[in-house]
Amino acid sequence: MTVAGEVADHLAARTRWRPLEIAFWAAAAATLLLLPERHLILTQAAIFGLFALSLDLILGYAGILSLGHAAFFGLGAYAAGLLAANGIITEPLLALVVSGLAAALLGLMTSVLILRGADLTRLMVTLGVALVLGEIANKLDWLTGGADGLQGVVVGPLLGRFAFDITGHVAYAYSLGVVFVMFLAARRLVNSPFGLSLRAIKGNRQRSSAVGVAADRRLVAIYTVAAGYAGVAGALLTQTTQFASLDALGFERSADALLVLILGGVGYLYGGLIGAVAFTLVKDGLGNLTAQYWQFWIGLALVSIVLGGGRVRRLAARARGWAGRSPLRSGLRGLAGLAKDSKR
Amino acid sequence: MTAALETVALEKRFGGLVATRDLSLRVEKGARHALIGPNGAGKTTAINLLSGVLAPTSGHILLDGVDITALPAHQRVRLGMARSFQINQLFGDLTPVEALGLAISERTGAGADWWRRAGSRPGIVSEIADLVERFHLADVMTERTAILPYGKQRFLEMALAIACRPRVLLLDEPAAGVPESERAELLATIMALPADVTVLLIEHDMDLVFGFADRISVLVNGSLFVEGTPDEVARDDRVRAVYLGEAFDA
Repeated sequence: MTVAGEVADHLAARTRWRPLEIAFWAAAAATLLLLPERHLILTQAAIFGLFALSLDLILGYAGILSLGHAAFFGLGAYAAGLLAANGIITEPLLALVVSGLAAALLGLMTSVLILRGADLTRLMVTLGVALVLGEIANKLDWLTGGADGLQGVVVGPLLGRFAFDITGHVAYAYSLGVVFVMFLAARRLVNSPFGLSLRAIKGNRQRSSAVGVAADRRLVAIYTVAAGYAGVAGALLTQTTQFASLDALGFERSADALLVLILGGVGYLYGGLIGAVAFTLVKDGLGNLTAQYWQFWIGLALVSIVLGGGRVRRLAARARGWAGRSPLRSGLRGLAGLAKDSKR
Repeated sequence: MTAALETVALEKRFGGLVATRDLSLRVEKGARHALIGPNGAGKTTAINLLSGVLAPTSGHILLDGVDITALPAHQRVRLGMARSFQINQLFGDLTPVEALGLAISERTGAGADWWRRAGSRPGIVSEIADLVERFHLADVMTERTAILPYGKQRFLEMALAIACRPRVLLLDEPAAGVPESERAELLATIMALPADVTVLLIEHDMDLVFGFADRISVLVNGSLFVEGTPDEVARDDRVRAVYLGEAFDA
């Protein structure tokens, strides 16, 4: 092959659909028909997965560490809730778009805070934004219902035809469809010249400027997009549960997203999805087995996974070719990076 | 005629330390200009000021007569000034093909394109292929940069700067640390840079400096000490005293 041919092939390789990717989405589609009794929990998993994916866009691609990503999830959740409860927009898909845009706007406004500083600075700033927003939602109880949560969310039928019901089939199909479409868009974005410039900024910001990348603008753009993604996830949660509460903005939600993303692996989009599904199902399974002590077991599982990572990593390395990166390896690299930063 | 690159009374202080003092430098269009000086003379600080990594305390920088003192680094690149780094500043997770593709995309204004697949614009593939061949990167071009041998990384350093198609190119010790076996190849590549590109070279390797430059500025303690043709500088007693003495006596 000529050099040019190899260059073209190498650049195209990243966007080629791999068999495992196709299998992943085929399996997801199959759950629509094959696991009807699990649709309620799978809806939670899909929404959590989209939220973790939105965190991957900023952490895995642009290197922005956030412990307050729930700010955008929560804003989307409340926006969708308020639109429905007040009868402003009852059609869920349109309300979803509006809620996502609202969260994106908040992302745009707060993005200036994450342009400077290293990981720990960003960790604190993002955490702070989420705490402030949580307290605002708590204080504005005439609007948000405060600690009682937002009551009276009535979501109209999807596209005016498909009503959400108690079985959750419509809700699951809707959520999965939204997650898939948003995944496709994210996949395009990260493999574009824009996505390449994000990886360059993450890798070496000084050099990215020296080849002409306007780093600040790119970071603002991806932070805004990721906030919109998180907002859509939050709106999905409100619409499918017909309820919004302060949990949506809580620290635990931000931390869980970071956790599943690191477990699933950063920087290849599937990490958040896989991590979220595994986390939700394991949590649910443990909750059924031992309602009181599930946190003990999940903590133990996390520690063993991370410490036993070396052995699993070798297995993962053998099974590589998934999307160019083994999830555990990049996950562990993420953890190692965090540990390094906290020592700095 | 306007100079390709000019500094007017450029000064940079770090607290009490004056790293660059009243530096007025003129680099003519198409020149092969070398900036030399003993360690700590402020050569790298000067390049960092020129490229926008550092902001000067006072003074001005003109690129083709346009004042760029206040412009951020990425805008200077767009105006036609690129640089390489003394200590490799590369994208460890990107392959050489991706890194060069990035530089080309940014130059052509397609860097913010988020919908098109990277590498799908016409012309970009052949340009990347041309660069990897010119800079001897073809055999490693699909490897992660972080695992490339040091010599290859040095080539990529320069290739990235050239991919910006600069009119003015700042090379910060391109031969630093390059193993003897790969040195000749690197020097040949530097010699083969297009003639219409103005080059400002910082280098410790005197063979390279005197073989390459048509004009030399000697920097001492942050200020311009002597400037002239290679012959003039080589014959200058003051220069021999402060800097070249050792090399020339040997």
